Amino acid sequence: MQTRLTINGTSQTHDVAPATLLVELLRDDLGMTGTHIGCDTSQCGACNVLIDGVAMKSCTVLAVQAEGKAITTIEGLANGDTLHPMQAAFREHHGLQCGFCTPGMVIAGLEIVRRRGHDLSAEDIAHDLEGNLCRCTGYMNIIKAIQAGAKAMEAHNA
Amino acid sequence: MREFAYARPGSVAEAARTFAGGGEAAFIAGGHTLLPAMKSRLRMPDTLVDLGGIPGLAGIARDGDTLTIGALTTHATVATDAAVAAAIPGLASLAAGIGDPQVRNRGTLGGVIANNDPAADYPAAVLALDAVVTTSAGRHAADDYFQGMFTTALTDGEIVTGVTFKVPPASAYAKFRHPASRYAVVGIFVARFAAGVRVAVTGAGPGVFRWAEAEAALSADFSAAAVSGLTLDPADLNTDIHASAEYRGHLAGVMLGQAVTAARRPHR
Repeated sequence: MQTRLTINGTSQTHDVAPATLLVELLRDDLGMTGTHIGCDTSQCGACNVLIDGVAMKSCTVLAVQAEGKAITTIEGLANGDTLHPMQAAFREHHGLQCGFCTPGMVIAGLEIVRRRGHDLSAEDIAHDLEGNLCRCTGYMNIIKAIQAGAKAMEAHNA
Repeated sequence: MREFAYARPGSVAEAARTFAGGGEAAFIAGGHTLLPAMKSRLRMPDTLVDLGGIPGLAGIARDGDTLTIGALTTHATVATDAAVAAAIPGLASLAAGIGDPQVRNRGTLGGVIANNDPAADYPAAVLALDAVVTTSAGRHAADDYFQGMFTTALTDGEIVTGVTFKVPPASAYAKFRHPASRYAVVGIFVARFAAGVRVAVTGAGPGVFRWAEAEAALSADFSAAAVSGLTLDPADLNTDIHASAEYRGHLAGVMLGQAVTAARRPHR
């Protein structure tokens, strides 16, 4: 089925089988493997992407349902070699260990900023990360990273 | 998932026609229940009819003593909408406790109501708030709509278009949520109307139901003390790997007390 969508700012059309998940289109068809599949049961959040600016789990969205939508993946955040402020904050604050959950955590961070703004308490971040699992038990630094990333986004007007 | 045909109709009437001609067809809205069921092959539709392209099915409108929410309205919208918070704060807090933020951005009221999972949250609100479910074929009173596990008054091809809730002077929802799935192990919605109190229980039994004993006690005295020690008969409740029927029966009493206490708090 011909599906037209915008991915990281580039308008494109793909012929996808209706049973193709959005995350499968990204990873398998387009080779954009930054978006991860952790659980495939909409619990772990590793597959989070932004759809029209709003974070959703791309393992539980059909690619054909993204018709006409703008998708932002982890690959679309950096500006050339310059990391997005939220990505830079994860590096600065050691917000990752093995890195598997990180793309989804960064997208979740952007979602928290969208809903709550730039001045975030650790409690609010922890509450809003309920849909993201880290198996390295690195939540404390993830929370610090999102807190700092939110501030940095305000400073960078990002 | 098994392959299927996919259609994105532009109107409710076209969706109903597509469904009728689609073999074993299923409607999809947010897909957060249906797609997992299809992945595990509990559901294997030949045709998916996507309601997401139909205009006018999302939105929230207050009209005096009623609040109408369109079927495609997401949980995130219900959780944060000012009109919902002002009219029925218990409904806003229920929506804020469904799944997680990403799930709430995608899941819809209509999808939950059409599926009627016995542990879903919304059925408790629809039943306790004496709501009317509006569909492509007509209207169903909540007391007639829910008919047990995954069963509703909807006929094949009937599409939920919205839910009209009665606005009560006081209401609240309290649930003990499963820490992984976030579904209700037991959830209690309490709504106090001038005519009496309605109490709906989800998660505990094979489908949402009203708790007559609690309603009678609370209609006489709307306080947690009035229902202190009240439990549900485990004979009618679910036992599974998460909780026994006896545990659920006791938990229902605890959640009932919490819901009443929350409902008695003044609106902020």
